[in-house]
Amino acid sequence: MIAVGDVIAERDVHLTRDTLRAYAEASGDHNPIHQDDEVAASVGLPGVIAHGMLTMGLAVQPVVDWVAALRPAPSGSLSERSESKGPRITGYGVRFTRMVVVDAETGADVHITATVGALDAEAGTARIDLTVTAAGETVLGKAQVTVSGLALDTPEAG
Amino acid sequence: MPVNPDLQGRTYPPTAPIRVSAEHIAQFAAAVGASDASSAPPTYAIVVQQAALDALLADPTTGFEIRNVVHGEQRFAYARPIVAGDELTGTMTISSIRTLGANAMLTAETLIVDGSGETVATATSMLLVGADA
Repeated sequence: MIAVGDVIAERDVHLTRDTLRAYAEASGDHNPIHQDDEVAASVGLPGVIAHGMLTMGLAVQPVVDWVAALRPAPSGSLSERSESKGPRITGYGVRFTRMVVVDAETGADVHITATVGALDAEAGTARIDLTVTAAGETVLGKAQVTVSGLALDTPEAG
Repeated sequence: MPVNPDLQGRTYPPTAPIRVSAEHIAQFAAAVGASDASSAPPTYAIVVQQAALDALLADPTTGFEIRNVVHGEQRFAYARPIVAGDELTGTMTISSIRTLGANAMLTAETLIVDGSGETVATATSMLLVGADA
């Protein structure tokens, strides 16, 4: 059983310029500040930066995996799986507070810690708080994932 | 030029339908480090939000230019996961504009529905709009 304050997942992700190119291709966000040092410098950035939505997308994956591990083994069609009950992510939000600079040679290292921030046993929901850092600084603010459909015990006294 | 205050409450026409393919889900999933591509990663919904925001950023009456826009916050509420075969349409409303000196905070809320009109997700973006340099 989970409790507020539990760390449910941690992950280190290494970003390179290739990671940014792959995200640009997948998302359609080809803003050159995520590709080109000269363009980044020309708009006053300290270097090529990761797409905020890439950081947001990476940061939630440890929670996606945690939720998947709580669900029954997959069976049946995709539509049956998507319709089925059980734990799932119903909300996710972040503030983009700092940029992640991705060096052409050394890339960038992002560290993600997912902690149980709040539980509502009656509603079967948990708020998972993400701490996301790069170069020793927090890059996402108020990064919170809502997980619904959890079977939670009501808290015991003592 | 200041942000046009008349934008507040404006609802833009729905985006063209976006057909979700298994290939695109797999590509997006790989790009964000997802281990499973049987449904789309949570942030995949930004694909629809981006299409909706493009209409805002192309609107000549907003009073601001795309180069002065910074993505400040992003939120999603999910009714169900996005899966291959979905045909998604986003309808965006400018839910609030707050002026902060020469800058503004603009919140764009997009209702994402599937081909049968059922709600799939809501995407809310807060954009920081700077004054013209």
